[in-house]
Amino acid sequence: MTVFLPRDLDEALELRDRHPGATAVAGGTDLCVLWPERVAARRDEWLDLSGVAELRGHEWTDGALILGAGTTYWDVIRDRRAGEELPLLVEAARQVGAVQIQTRGTWGGNIVNASPAADGVPVLMAYDAVLELRSRSETVELPLADFYLGYKEMRLAPDQLLTRIHVPRRTYDLQWFEKVGSRSAQAITKVGVAVTRRDGEWRVVANSVAPTVRRCRSLESLLAEGLPVSGPADLMGALESDVTPIDDIRSTAEYRLEVLARLLYWRLRDVCPSIT
Amino acid sequence: MGETLTIRLTVNGEACDRSVEPRLLLSDFLRHELHLTGTHVGCEHGVCGACTVLLNGESVRSCLMFAVQADGAEITTIEGLATPSDGSGIPHPDDADLHPVQAAFREAHGLQCGFCTPGILMTLVPFLEANPDPEEEQIREVLSGHLCRCTGYQNIVKAVRLAAERMRT
Repeated sequence: MTVFLPRDLDEALELRDRHPGATAVAGGTDLCVLWPERVAARRDEWLDLSGVAELRGHEWTDGALILGAGTTYWDVIRDRRAGEELPLLVEAARQVGAVQIQTRGTWGGNIVNASPAADGVPVLMAYDAVLELRSRSETVELPLADFYLGYKEMRLAPDQLLTRIHVPRRTYDLQWFEKVGSRSAQAITKVGVAVTRRDGEWRVVANSVAPTVRRCRSLESLLAEGLPVSGPADLMGALESDVTPIDDIRSTAEYRLEVLARLLYWRLRDVCPSIT
Repeated sequence: MGETLTIRLTVNGEACDRSVEPRLLLSDFLRHELHLTGTHVGCEHGVCGACTVLLNGESVRSCLMFAVQADGAEITTIEGLATPSDGSGIPHPDDADLHPVQAAFREAHGLQCGFCTPGILMTLVPFLEANPDPEEEQIREVLSGHLCRCTGYQNIVKAVRLAAERMRT
């Protein structure tokens, strides 16, 4: 097994280009789980990004919070301004694993690991985050909502690295994140949802209910149009066209759909005149 | 033995230079290369928290990272908490040498078999520095990254409170 240890971004991009099959690793909080089995599976080349200083840290500009892809959950939890301006980031970060995971796990790693259960992704998507993808030859931007193609499939070329995440700084009149797991800590999400509303425009993003974290566009339209809803069942049609939950070791498709509908109904009833 | 890489890091204040295989986990490096067996390995997949150490002052699970990722870092293990009060270099198990968190755990019976304890203490040290007067809910939240199968957690919470009180004064 080989681990490449680039010390700066240029070196990382060069290695990414020369070793397209290498698995990029940052915090390793998912990749290193069941490590002996992965060694046995002979995933031979690893590209460790945890030593690349340019990927660490975050900054506030006039228009956006810019997260380096290697910014940890803990970096954001500790930033008081994040809790005030973009509270869903902090709420989601605090529900990832426990403190020892939050200090190592990164926002970029959460996105590129592409788990349907990723907790950092729904909140970023609900905030209309934009990804900066870089190769040796160019830097491109892509909305996070357009990044995933299918289960663990994404618009990331073999020579590209996710370098930064731009989170627009906006004022919302509703921001909400809910995670349902077997227990409060150290539990992988059975069903989760992040919702924002701004000038009547909705974002509803669900995790663990589709092959990817999924923006629920039918439900967003239903809410924006103000169609009458008088119970969780009235959300079911839209949700069924948005998400495709499955039965697995953590939960069932039926439970996930039902809980998602109920969470949305009971929370949004307080803030939407069309929901009674 | 495959290809090795040379890493330089500081462990409990001492510089350390070793050639290691890239696949070696930090937890195994600490235990087998440096013989710092106070860092315990329980589940080996990032759940139990027994292997928690400080990496540049923050608590991390040493079973979820490669030793080569700690190149250049400062690591503190449970062995680095107590301060020897005489010239022997070996801390005595009395309160003068123990870190206040260690002393409080002993006094409040915050451990039974002790397997989970080193990891718990390595999470509590930065936690109590940042939160000198924590609420019970905060204590329970930070402990959620650790599994203890003996105590039922009640005395652990008491020990954390006692440690916080001692560290404040």
